This record gives sequence, structure tokens and C-alpha cells, in this order.
Amino acid sequence: MAETPVAEHRPASAALAEAARVGLIAGALAFPVLALRAEPDFSNRLVLQPRWSWMLGAAVAGFAGRLLLSLLPPRRPKTAQAAQAKRASRRAAQAFAAFGLGLIFIWPLLVLLALGPGGALKWIDNYGVQILIYVMLGWGLNIVVGLAGLLDLGYVAFYAVGAYSYALLATNYGASFWICLPVAGCLAAFWGVLLGFPVLRLRGDYLAIVTLAFGEIIRIVLINFSALTNGDAGIASIPRATFFGLPFVPGPKGFDAFFGLPFSPIHRVVFLYYLILALALVTNLATLRLRRLPIGRAWEALREDEIACRSLGIDTTKTKLTAFALGAMFGGFAGAFFAARQGFVSPSSFNFTESATILAIVVLGGRGSQIGVAAAAIAIVGGSELLRELDFLKHVFGEDFDPTQYRMLLVGLAMVMMMNWRPRGFVSTREPSIFLGARKQIGGDFVKEGRG
Amino acid sequence: MLRVERLSMRFGGLLAVDGLSFDVRRGDITALIGPNGAGKTTVFNCITGFYKPTTGRIAMSAEGLADPDAIDALTRSSSRERNGIHLLERMPDHEIARHARVARTFQNIRLFAGMSALENLIVAQHRPLMRASIFSLAGLVGAPSFRAAENAAKQKAGDWLARINLLDRADDPAGALPYGDQRRLEIARAMCADPVLLCLDEPAAGLNPRESADLTALLRMIRDEFGVSLLLIEHDMSVVMEISDHIVVLDYGRKIADGTPAEIRADPSVIAAYLGVPDEEVDAVVQEALS
Repeated sequence: MAETPVAEHRPASAALAEAARVGLIAGALAFPVLALRAEPDFSNRLVLQPRWSWMLGAAVAGFAGRLLLSLLPPRRPKTAQAAQAKRASRRAAQAFAAFGLGLIFIWPLLVLLALGPGGALKWIDNYGVQILIYVMLGWGLNIVVGLAGLLDLGYVAFYAVGAYSYALLATNYGASFWICLPVAGCLAAFWGVLLGFPVLRLRGDYLAIVTLAFGEIIRIVLINFSALTNGDAGIASIPRATFFGLPFVPGPKGFDAFFGLPFSPIHRVVFLYYLILALALVTNLATLRLRRLPIGRAWEALREDEIACRSLGIDTTKTKLTAFALGAMFGGFAGAFFAARQGFVSPSSFNFTESATILAIVVLGGRGSQIGVAAAAIAIVGGSELLRELDFLKHVFGEDFDPTQYRMLLVGLAMVMMMNWRPRGFVSTREPSIFLGARKQIGGDFVKEGRG
Repeated sequence: MLRVERLSMRFGGLLAVDGLSFDVRRGDITALIGPNGAGKTTVFNCITGFYKPTTGRIAMSAEGLADPDAIDALTRSSSRERNGIHLLERMPDHEIARHARVARTFQNIRLFAGMSALENLIVAQHRPLMRASIFSLAGLVGAPSFRAAENAAKQKAGDWLARINLLDRADDPAGALPYGDQRRLEIARAMCADPVLLCLDEPAAGLNPRESADLTALLRMIRDEFGVSLLLIEHDMSVVMEISDHIVVLDYGRKIADGTPAEIRADPSVIAAYLGVPDEEVDAVVQEALS
């Protein structure tokens, strides 16, 4: 990155004056809100208690924030230097991606070495497996929303179909995870096509409403069809995934005894981590491959202009249905994995919030971008998990302060800021699927978002 | 090769096209002209399947004008296609493009703006590539047969980009190209779909005289080198008179004239329609035009 001299844009005294002004305004604004607190006294009358330190804190925060902003380099005009910086930042992004992939591969081992089996469990399960499930779901939905441009608000329905397929097949027929996995995917794809047919003629808002309704229908059927699904109580004691037939149980028949290891529940979690990592990578590879095939190009062309597609002899019906089916299939795989990991499924795991989270991941990551979606899944799921670790704030605000109550507020605030800063998500550019000369990124301004 | 017979299209109370009949002969450049709102684009949409005509018959055959008896026999049957004759009013739009091999461009350009110029031309070759990818399976494993088909498609796209002078912008987004280039790219994209009849909706709209001249040369090249027949809607009379072999004039959904450019130029009803004169003054206008 080219360095920018601070003096070039603003003298330090002006920055200080500006920061002082902002600090004063922040303090003044804080006076009625923070500095005065009304408390009932013994005779139940309200008396004002001054909290000058809070007001001072707000003023100092305003001052420091403004000063920091002025010290940051200003936006540079587009020049050759900027282009060079862009190339450098792309190289940095590639290096970062490679580093990230490496980290993802060794993550469980790293945590295990650092924290030991007891402490590592949370970090592999909540931060590893949980995030990777959402990465996979995000990649699956990316086919429908990002590539084909069909706004799907009911994606969680396919996740539910996959989970219940595995749960029912495994508990009723004792089928193994490895047989159920493709079956769950196929069933989800079947339901994807089934959803696809009625919504073929719908676009935009109407499509979103119908897919939303479909997601709810699946959930309500799961609740009410209690003869099959056991209703709200859900299905418990689903057989866990085995290591190619070796269960993760103590005793001579287990995985640990087979490999001569002492029994530890962490082995199962590490195995689950690598299993979902493999499933997610398969999803990613398949999507990247499909994008370069005629079917993938037809999806993207459909997002760009459906009428032009039809004038070129592309059957838009089939194209939409394949997008729905493939997206649903990956959702079904993830669902089967979810059931095998939890050992318990119930309709409450598949409510609209899940669909909204997955869609938020795709939109925040940048529709159509695989790496962006993965980063967004880490940011949203990992970030909201990380906010559970805010106990240190108790030292600042006192023991009565419950930081977990602010968790979703902070997530929401972060998303609003992100969408203001980068309305098209982390990665807004699109990489052409085929090129003649040099591979050039296509700016987000040209890429359409699809109208459903 | 295309025979439109008694075609009518009604939108609610509006009769946009009223009993229109005309032929497009193989190897010809046929122009469909008329004042604004005459129903030209509606005729196009009926031919390319975007509208279902209210009544009428559209018979298409790649081998030149089909035998009327064969068309009648096909009409009485319930099928869409027989012996190379397609009844377009019975087919959905994408099948018209694929089986009857009628391609089109649009009045307001409809390129895939977020895809590169090259990708636009590759998408147009969807059918042969799809066949080569064998339900995407051969493509997923990267079979050599699919690679060969993809290379051929790339070759063809590159060839067309060279013809429209856009080879150096192959990897730029189509939406970033200048207007005139977008028009040419859209024509090249339609040609990549391998048509026998190319329908162009106002290809010269918004072009400057030099770009219009380039366009005329491009259309001639398409006809002469590829043997593709052309049907075009155009308002730019210099383009129409220069390249058309045959002109059909529409006004208020009806055909008012049909003939060679010279005949159309002298036709009093055409002049009247364009100048908007009352019927009793047509003679005066014609006299003026002839003198």
C-alpha cells in the first residue's frame, strides 16, 4: 500500500479543533440522556442523580473517535497508483484466502494443542462446526439467490427435509449416515423441484412471499404430522454419525479402542468438524465447477435478463428448477449432517429466523461470491457467538450489567453499518466464467441482482 | 421461408395487429416499417413467441417457402412441426429459437450486462454446449469431448467478436460498452444462437451515421456469408431503403403496402401514412412526390 502523508490533507491543529467540537457536542447531547438519572428516594419522589463521569466518557469518546477519523488517510482519487494499490490488495486478499483455508484445516488441532481436550470442545463445536454448517447452507443458497437471482426466503425448509429424512430413516430403519446422506439430498432436491413449479411464473416480492410460505408450511407440517414426526417434541436419540462404521462410544467396539486411543468425546467433535468441512468443500467445488458449465452460465444469464435467455433458446423453466433442486440438495446434505451431529431434531430448529440468517449471510457476503459468503458466515455466526464472551464488560459497567442481552443489538448494528458501507456485500465484483485475454473482475455496478 | 397469414393480436379492446399477411423469402432482407404504434413490435413478438397471437398462422421453414398444402395439412393436425415446417403460433418462445431457429434482438438492448462480452456470446451457444455437457455430468468431470465443444464455442465467439471489432473488449462487462457496440454485440449474440432467420427490432436506433453504415455492412455480411435471412423493424429510412429487398408497411395494425423499396417509395398510401394527411389530400401529396 502506498503511504499517505498526514500533512497533505489536514493540519494537526485543525483536526484537534474539529475533534474538540465533536467532543463538546457529544458531551452536550449526553447531558440529558446520560448525566442525569432520575431515582425515587425514600418518600418515592424522583430526585436527579448526576453521573458526570458518564457524560465525560461520552465527550471523550466523541473526541477520540473524530480525531481517529481525521488521522485516517482520506479517499484517494483513482490513479495509476490506486490501480497498483488495488492489485496489491487483491494479492493480499489471495494470500489471506490461502492463509484462511490453511487455518480452517488445522483449526481443531491448533485449538486442541492450545487448550487441551476440555477447553477445546467449545471452540471446535460452536465456532468450528456451527460456522461450517452455515457456510455450507450459505453456499447452497448462493446457487439460488446469488447465481440464478431467485429470492428464496424459505431455504430452511430444505434443511429441515434433510434433517428429518436422516432422523426418520436412521431411527426407523437403522440406516447408516452414509446411506442417508445422498437420500436426504435427493429428497430435498425433490422438494426443491416441487417448490419450483408453482413459483416459476413469480418474480421478486411475490416469489419471496411464496417461498417464505413454503418454509412455514414445511415447519407447520412437521409440528402437526405427529404420527410421523412426533410433533413439537421432535425426534430424539438419532444415531450419531460413525467413522465408516466405527461409533464414537467408549468400549471395545468404539473408534477410540480401534485406534488404541483413550476414549474422549473430543474425537467425535473433531471428526464432525472434518466431515462438515469436507461436505462444505464439495458444495463449493461443485458450485465453482457448475458456474463454468452451460447450466451455470444459464443461471447467471437468467439473473441478468430472463427475456433475452428465452430469445436464445434457453428453457428458463428447466434452468430455474435445476437451480432450486441443486440449492435444495446441498441444504438437504447440511440438514442430514445437522441431525447426525445433534442427535435430536425438532421443528423449532427450522423457523424463519434460520432462513433469514442464511439469506443475510449470502447478501452480506456478496451474492454469487463463494469466498464472500464464507467470510460472511464466519462474521455473522462466529461474530454473534463471540459476543457471548463479553463478560469483561462487567468490569466496566458493574456486576448488574448483562452483556448477552446486547448481543443481538450489536449484531444488528454491525449489519446495518456493513450494508451502508458495502451495500453489495463483502465481495461485490464478479469473476467471468470464461475469458479470452486476461481475467478481469466485473464491477458490481453492472451485475444485476435478479428480479426473482 | 416465413409465411404470416391473417395474423391478429388483440390486447383487451385494442386490436394491435389486424389480419396481417406477408411472406419473408429466403436470403432476403425484409423490412417491416410503419409509424409509431403501428404494431410492428407486436408482430415481432408474435413471430418469436413472446406473444400468443389471437388468431392467425405463422409457418416457418428453413428451406424456403413451404408448400401451402403441406402447411394446411400441418394446421389440421395437432402437431407443431412436420417435414421441417414449424407452426410458430403453437410453440413457446425458447422452442422457436431452438427448433425453428428464429433469433431476435430487442428494441431496448437486452444484453447480459454483468457478464463479459465473451460470456454473452457463449451463453447464446447454450444448446450445443448443453448437449456436449451431457446433463452437466461430462462437464463436471471435465471430459475431453466437453472441453472440445467449449473450445469450439469460444472460437466461434472470438470469431464474432473480431467481426464486430470488439475482440479487445472481450473480457469487459457488456454493460460497460458504448451504445453502438452494445447494439452490434446483441446482433452477434443472436447470430451465435445459429439462426436461419434473424429478427432485428430497430437495430439502427440511436446510432450515428457512421455506425449506421457499419451496421448496414454487418447485416449484408450476415446475409451473404451465413445465408441468414433478415427481418427488421427500422425507422431510419436511409438504412431501410439501402439494404432491404422487400418492405412491408404497417399502419394501425394493417398492411398498407408490400413491395420493393422503389415501389414503396412511390406508394401514395405510405406517404400519406407517414405524413398523416387526410384521405382527400392523398392525391395532392402523391403528385408532389412524383414531380
